[in-house]
Amino acid sequence: MMATIADWAAVGCLLVGALLSFAAGVGLIRFPDLLSRMHTAAKPQVLGLLLILVGIGIRLAPEPRVGVLVLIALFQILTVPVASHIAARAAYRTGRIRRDLISVDELQAELDSAEAAAQPDPGPGRN
Amino acid sequence: MIYLWIAIAVLLGAGSLLSMARLVIGPTILDRSLSVDVLLASAIAGIGAYAAFHRDPTVLPILLTMSVLGFVGSVSISRFVARRQLGRTEPNEEGTP
Repeated sequence: MMATIADWAAVGCLLVGALLSFAAGVGLIRFPDLLSRMHTAAKPQVLGLLLILVGIGIRLAPEPRVGVLVLIALFQILTVPVASHIAARAAYRTGRIRRDLISVDELQAELDSAEAAAQPDPGPGRN
Repeated sequence: MIYLWIAIAVLLGAGSLLSMARLVIGPTILDRSLSVDVLLASAIAGIGAYAAFHRDPTVLPILLTMSVLGFVGSVSISRFVARRQLGRTEPNEEGTP
C-alpha cells in the first residue's frame, strides 16, 4: 500500500513536470519577444526539472545514488539564472528585443546617465 | 497508471517538437539558443522519466552532464553575440534564415 502511494506521488510529480515542459513549448511558439520567451522558458528549467527530480527520487527511494539528484538540482538552480541574465543582457545591449512591448524600462535611464557621466571627460591624451 | 506514463511521454515529446519549431523559425541567434535550452531541459526530463519508469539509476550521471553542457553552451553563445556586436552595428537579424 505504501509503495502504491509513493508510485502515484512520483507519477504526479513527473506529470506536472511534463506539463510545464509542454507549456514552455507552447509559450516559445506563441510569445512575441525574446524576453517573454525567456520568461516561459525558465519554467521547465527550474520548477519542471525539480519536480521531475523529486519524482525520480521517490521512485528510486532506497537507492544511495539518489544523491546525484540533489547535485543536479543544486547546479541547475545556481546556473539557470546566470545564463538567463547573460542572454538577456546580450539581447538588450545589441537591440534584439522589441522595445514597444516594454512598459517600464528602468535600464535605459541608467545606461543614459552612465554614458552622460562618462562623456564630458575625454581625458588629456585623446582627441 | 500506464496511461499516465504515456501521457508524460507525449507531453515531453510535444514540448520538444514545439521548441524545435522555434529553433527553426526563431529570428535571432538568442532565440535559438533559448530554444536549445528548453530542448535540453525536455531531454533531461525525458531521460529522468525513463530512469523513474524502469527504476534504473545508471542514467543519472547523464543528467548531470547535460545540465553542465546546457549552461556552458548558453553562456558561450551569449558572450559570442555580445562580442561580435561590440565593434560594428549590424541590422537586426529579422527574416534571415
